[in-house]
Amino acid sequence: MRSIWRHRLFWPVVALLTLIAVNSIARPNFIKLRVRDGELFGAIITILRDSAPLMLVALGMTIVIATRGIDLSVGAIMAVSGAVALTIIDGSDDPGNLATVLIAVVVAILVSMVLGVWNGFLVAVLGIQPIIATLVLMLAGRGVALLITGGFITTVNSEPFSYIATGYLFVLPFAFFISVAAITVIGLVERRTALGVLTEAVGINPEASRLAGVRSRGIIWGAYIVSGTLAGLAGILYASNIRAADANAAGVFIELYAILAVVLGGTSLNGGKFSIAGTVIGVLIIQTLDSTILFLGVPSAQSPVFFAVVVVVVVVVQSPRIRNALSRMSRSRKPQAAVVEDVVEDKQKAEVAR
Amino acid sequence: MTAMATGTGTRAAGPSFLQTFVSRHGSMMPTFAAVAILLVLFVGAEIFLRGDFITPRNISALLLDNAYLLVLAVGMTFVILTGGIDLSVGSVMAFSGILGARLLAEGTPAFVAVPAMLLGGAAIGLMIGILVQYFNVQPFIASLAGLFLGRGLAYVVSLSSIKVEEPGILWLQSTRIRLGDWYITPTGLIALGAVAIAAFVLHLTRFGRTIYAIGGSEQSARLMGLRTARAKVMAYVISGLCGGLAGLVLTAYSGAGYPRNGIGTELDAIAAVVIGGTILTGGRGYVIGSMIGVFVYGTIKTIISFMGAEQSWMQIIVGALLLLFIVVQRAIVARSEGRR
Amino acid sequence: MPADNEVPPIVEMRGITIRFPGVLALDDVDFTLRPGEVHSLMGENGAGKSTLIKALTGVYAIDSGTIRVAGEQRTFHSASDAQEAGISTVYQEVNLCGNLTVAENVMLGHEPRKGGGIDWRATQREAARHMESLGLAIDPRSMLASHSIAIQQLVAIIRAMVLEAKVLILDEPTSSLDRGEVEQLFDVIRDLRSQGVAILFVSHFLDQVYEISDRITVLRNGALVGEHPVEELPRDALVTKMIGRELEDLATLEKSSHRAIDRTGAPVVRAEGLGRRGVLEPADLDVYEGEVVGIAGLLGSGRTELVRLLYGADRPDAGRLEVRGAPAKVHSPRHAIDHRIAFSSENRREEGVVADLTVAENIVLGMQARQGWMRKVPRKDQDAVVAEYIEALGVRPANPHALVGNLSGGNQQKVLLARWLATAPELLILDEPTRGIDVGAKADIQKKVSELSSQGLSVIFISSELEEVLRLAQRVAVMRDRRKIGELDSTQVDLDGLIDYIANAGEGSAA
Repeated sequence: MRSIWRHRLFWPVVALLTLIAVNSIARPNFIKLRVRDGELFGAIITILRDSAPLMLVALGMTIVIATRGIDLSVGAIMAVSGAVALTIIDGSDDPGNLATVLIAVVVAILVSMVLGVWNGFLVAVLGIQPIIATLVLMLAGRGVALLITGGFITTVNSEPFSYIATGYLFVLPFAFFISVAAITVIGLVERRTALGVLTEAVGINPEASRLAGVRSRGIIWGAYIVSGTLAGLAGILYASNIRAADANAAGVFIELYAILAVVLGGTSLNGGKFSIAGTVIGVLIIQTLDSTILFLGVPSAQSPVFFAVVVVVVVVVQSPRIRNALSRMSRSRKPQAAVVEDVVEDKQKAEVAR
Repeated sequence: MTAMATGTGTRAAGPSFLQTFVSRHGSMMPTFAAVAILLVLFVGAEIFLRGDFITPRNISALLLDNAYLLVLAVGMTFVILTGGIDLSVGSVMAFSGILGARLLAEGTPAFVAVPAMLLGGAAIGLMIGILVQYFNVQPFIASLAGLFLGRGLAYVVSLSSIKVEEPGILWLQSTRIRLGDWYITPTGLIALGAVAIAAFVLHLTRFGRTIYAIGGSEQSARLMGLRTARAKVMAYVISGLCGGLAGLVLTAYSGAGYPRNGIGTELDAIAAVVIGGTILTGGRGYVIGSMIGVFVYGTIKTIISFMGAEQSWMQIIVGALLLLFIVVQRAIVARSEGRR
Repeated sequence: MPADNEVPPIVEMRGITIRFPGVLALDDVDFTLRPGEVHSLMGENGAGKSTLIKALTGVYAIDSGTIRVAGEQRTFHSASDAQEAGISTVYQEVNLCGNLTVAENVMLGHEPRKGGGIDWRATQREAARHMESLGLAIDPRSMLASHSIAIQQLVAIIRAMVLEAKVLILDEPTSSLDRGEVEQLFDVIRDLRSQGVAILFVSHFLDQVYEISDRITVLRNGALVGEHPVEELPRDALVTKMIGRELEDLATLEKSSHRAIDRTGAPVVRAEGLGRRGVLEPADLDVYEGEVVGIAGLLGSGRTELVRLLYGADRPDAGRLEVRGAPAKVHSPRHAIDHRIAFSSENRREEGVVADLTVAENIVLGMQARQGWMRKVPRKDQDAVVAEYIEALGVRPANPHALVGNLSGGNQQKVLLARWLATAPELLILDEPTRGIDVGAKADIQKKVSELSSQGLSVIFISSELEEVLRLAQRVAVMRDRRKIGELDSTQVDLDGLIDYIANAGEGSAA
């Protein structure tokens, strides 16, 4: 059994707890919960509520990254999804009707799913590099969203629709329940079926997986569909929150924050082993850090500087150079040997190729 | 291109001109395609708009309006030729622009402010290059950090736009060097100068050839004894420098620095480079092609505004063009892999 | 024209030892290379050939021993270090840039300059001059990638000449060349030899080695077996030296080769004319129920290629396949698995284990892939299967949660065997299952194969260790130069007979 501090979620959890502790000391209001009309309020509740769109996108991104891929188009898909939903609601005679809203949401998510199918097709079937394949939709998606809304920011006044992001169920925000539901469904599907382990196998060693009979094409394709669908849901949440479809602002940079959340949660960008719990913690770290930066009086526009520092620190700590240096400190060994373990067995071809 | 090479005479019966051409310049095909697309756009617009399109004024404006993008595309070409990508250029441009505007507003002389803008951009590029080369960070992620940093720093410098009144900077934009109805501004000259210098460096220096060699096969380039590490870092520094220069050009163009400038511009720059025939996996492409790519981009934009259509079509059309080129490139790469 | 022993050697390696974690890759090896000779380095996979080359070219650091180049003791830290000292290497995968022109590849880093920039005209002239001197008549301004691998290899050699190489290492240069291209390469090699260049040649093709070499050094399991002038080393002696005799305790294992096989019905799998251009000439192979068919042949003989085509890992472009008498389409590993064919690759690390998954996950992977992701193998069944095979095959450590990447080669192989056995295959293809693993694991695997085949499993068994093949297989298919050259009944042939057949059959000299 590995000791607790060797667990791969140890450092993310420590980072999150530290952030919470610092906040609690600096502003005691942070952990205070107030009850008003049977609904909970407070900084932590706000974090849980506001993190929902990023949570959804990051969950999808985790699966995609596990297959050695990346999905840059999530922000654009959010914009499309919001645009579709609001255009349907706006165009109906009765925007406040629950059925109208449901239809709008379902159609928007189906459209997002189709966009995911498109991404997956480019990557899994045509074999285009994921970064490049999803770049296409990242670029064109917003154009499509703008086209749907006619270039305007479509606003609606629909009670059921704004409930999605701002309403309360029992004592907690409804958006929080959406997050929890997504985490639960993804977690269960990945771990209760064999999808998780097959995804990891494909991400770690695609060729060995193929020879073992794993249908890697389907698994990779599926990952992009999941990512697209979740991004669509995130787009609904975003639009519901501002009661408008803003094709230019919806989900801007969210792909970057989602990737950051995945990396913070200990999932390697090289694919393979992934951790849903890690991503959840990563999202909460980002959202708490954002809240902290805001609290410090730093204009939110300047917060990217902090995230840049976080990204640099995380990637440098994860880099082979630093890892080797650390392992060399703990036990002296020949540097070359560390890189070329067991070369004797490898085919010469493989050695020369890389 | 240089004259016919010597030494080809060793063959007894030479292959046809076409075969020779393809074997020598096969990698220029995508760039020719970009030229063809540009011509089709011009001719199509001319016919559609009944002769109102190809006017000296419009063509001159094409360079003027897209000078900043051209500068960014030049830097991006270096990075993409090595097989990398630089997502930071839009942010770097915004940072450099607002930094310059602020310095000038505080009375710093232009001969200090302008180098500061360029250095600021180059420094972010250097950071990205070091992360990529020495810490094995994927270019995408490393330049993502650069994107965050540039954008955040831009807002640190100022949260709102700052007007530029320094005559030297405004001169870059307001001056019209005329030849009949044609004109060019100093910003346009800066952009064209960047293209010319880049073309020289890429084609006539060992550093430039190392950039191509890295894109072809980094390991081979290293085994051939080339200084790959230095060249790779330099590619990102150049891209950052171009980001800084684009900030200067854009500041002159808009008469102000604005921290929200250039959101998504990195995608436009990448699209322009790819449409211009540079392959995203590296090693193939020309900076002249990137220039053509920028003109294709600019022309589509102009046509859309002439037609009074939604600007959103811009993104869709550029996305579609990008897709087209990527699929074609994929096919080319697949074919050359199949040959081995 | 073998080199004179009086000429002082250009390269002298003495007592070279290299250790990797858990493996002694080179053990006190001596190697001498003289100007104006073609010296072949021979040995099976894992013998240490490429390690020796990498020690010479500075890719690996040596643990002990000395390297002298032109009489001077040297330590190289990188390939470009070695290059500057006049040692150039041309690999099978050409290490040039296909996106640049031929002239550039020849001259890169040494282009003549004029007025601050590269003088392209002079560069092309210079390149053309070098190319002409070795008789390569192609357009120097054409893209390298537009030429065949053979031409690219010649370009790499010409580049080495521009760098004024005194030692040229050719690592498997001929493996993807056709006959005419090999001739062209050999002309160039002879030309260089006469100019006094020392050439270190590595190839798996015996014919070529005998055609071009002056001297042969044989390595086995990281140790030097001997250095011989080519005329003093007949082919079968060479093969014997490369393969060696195995340890006594394996020889006492029970034989399964004499077991009678019922070949009256339809074979489990029959391949007719299975081949792929440039990879394998069309070959026939059939395997009956409970039969072990061995495939013997040196590395690169086409033995791996044959089974990869059979399994659908690569697509054949000729031939047909029958499974139990019915025509079968096997275009991907999935199809093969549906026909109950299993394949364990010789390349354990790259194509076998999924290193970052646990032993249990690796074992279950095959079953799970077969069932699809929706129907997860229940935890209870997983644990049972994993425990059963860890026990039956003796996987160490016997911890199902250990990461496979941390296991020794032998235990990784057992995990792979377990993965396939858990899918209950009818034909099991094992490509070099015993390479690079310790004697105990070897014995375990052989025992298991023998036991399973007696229970009705059909097996195709590939190994460089011919005793192993003869002991397990009832029939042995022999391959050479990407061709199946015959089939032997293993009760009718002994080790020497098999070696002789591999080395000489069809050459007219014996068999």
